[in-house]
Amino acid sequence: MPQDASPPYANQSFQGSLSAGAAGLQASAAGGAAGGTDDGMVAGIRSVLAECGGLAVDAGTLAIDDDLYSAGLTSHGCVGLMLGLEEEFDVEFPEKLLNRRTFESIAAIRDAVRGLVDGGAA
Amino acid sequence: MNMVDITAAQAAYRDELVESGLLIPTGVDGLYGRSGVFEDVVERFDALVTRWGGQDGAEVMRFPPALNRRYFEESEYLKSFPHLAGTIHSFGGDEKAHRTLLRRLEEGQDWTEDQVATDVVMTPAACYPVYPTIARRGLLPGEGKLIDVFSYCFRHEPSIDPARMQLFRMREYIRIGTPDQVVEFRELWLERGREMMGALDVPLDVDVANDPFFGRAGTMLSNSQREQKLKFELLIPITSTEKPTACLSFNYHQDHFGHLWDIHTADGGVAHTACVGFGMERVALALFRHHGFDTAQWPGAVRKVLWG
Repeated sequence: MPQDASPPYANQSFQGSLSAGAAGLQASAAGGAAGGTDDGMVAGIRSVLAECGGLAVDAGTLAIDDDLYSAGLTSHGCVGLMLGLEEEFDVEFPEKLLNRRTFESIAAIRDAVRGLVDGGAA
Repeated sequence: MNMVDITAAQAAYRDELVESGLLIPTGVDGLYGRSGVFEDVVERFDALVTRWGGQDGAEVMRFPPALNRRYFEESEYLKSFPHLAGTIHSFGGDEKAHRTLLRRLEEGQDWTEDQVATDVVMTPAACYPVYPTIARRGLLPGEGKLIDVFSYCFRHEPSIDPARMQLFRMREYIRIGTPDQVVEFRELWLERGREMMGALDVPLDVDVANDPFFGRAGTMLSNSQREQKLKFELLIPITSTEKPTACLSFNYHQDHFGHLWDIHTADGGVAHTACVGFGMERVALALFRHHGFDTAQWPGAVRKVLWG
């Protein structure tokens, strides 16, 4: 355990906000959660990304397979993104999905969220 | 060894340390006085760290174990570790409030209502005062900066494990500069750490680690930290071989503190930072565990390394 010898650093830029409430509401208005279609979901993800991801680039210009970490997504940005997505799509990411791979691209996020939405409806 | 056994082993080692007089109990788990023998080991180890790192040209800074509250707030520590933070409060009421305080104290009730936050917060890690200090100086020189700090640190995690104290000392070297400078520093200390600790004849291992971030966001941060191998720990078994204790840590913060404090390298880029931390009490406890409580009886080679 890391107590004595371990300065407790957050490890990356803290550009993303932990509070993503407003973003979630805006994204919902754009049709993300309500529509349930793939396009709607991707639009919702882009909206949360723009608001919470702290990216160095415009989220609207990213292809769905683009590497979000290369686009400037940090660990803390990822936390904001996760919370924003949970609010936007009314889901909760289980611990096994709380890793970098889940959030590495818009497509990866879409697949994860779809799995959670479908799982919740079953 | 299950959790019950681990806890029992921790309690047993603490009791041995207290009985031998090395640790002086205060009635609070994780808060101890130290004997002269214990302090001698800490001082000798501190000198050993200086022997390994003292030729690198580090600027020495010694801060009290407390931090400007504004720096603490700006550090975003509360986002990641709200559960460990220790803020210092003091009485802020008038005479009437004072009488109420005394009455409540006498009646054994909660008397803390009129305590208000001061401008001072307990230092959670020795390097926290360094970043805003360096930031105030403006652009880094071309060779970056190397800082040497040593401070008591506070973390609110009461435990019977003598290796998990609430107030403990941390020596650190902190490198601030370009990504290349910082990564080179961490690699250097990963090697040095192994060699330095190996000479003390204790079983050790170096492994990827994560900080104890709070909550589900913390799980995300911990996983991310491990996946990127941003933190390594040098582990020595103290009360458990299955769960050895982190005695040194090697941390690469990427540009987190550079962004946070607006620290820039000579070429204008955001500074990267890394540090190596030495858990002084943990190292001492590991040495007492493996070589016994009587330092005069420690192996000659170990005594030579520490006492010359």
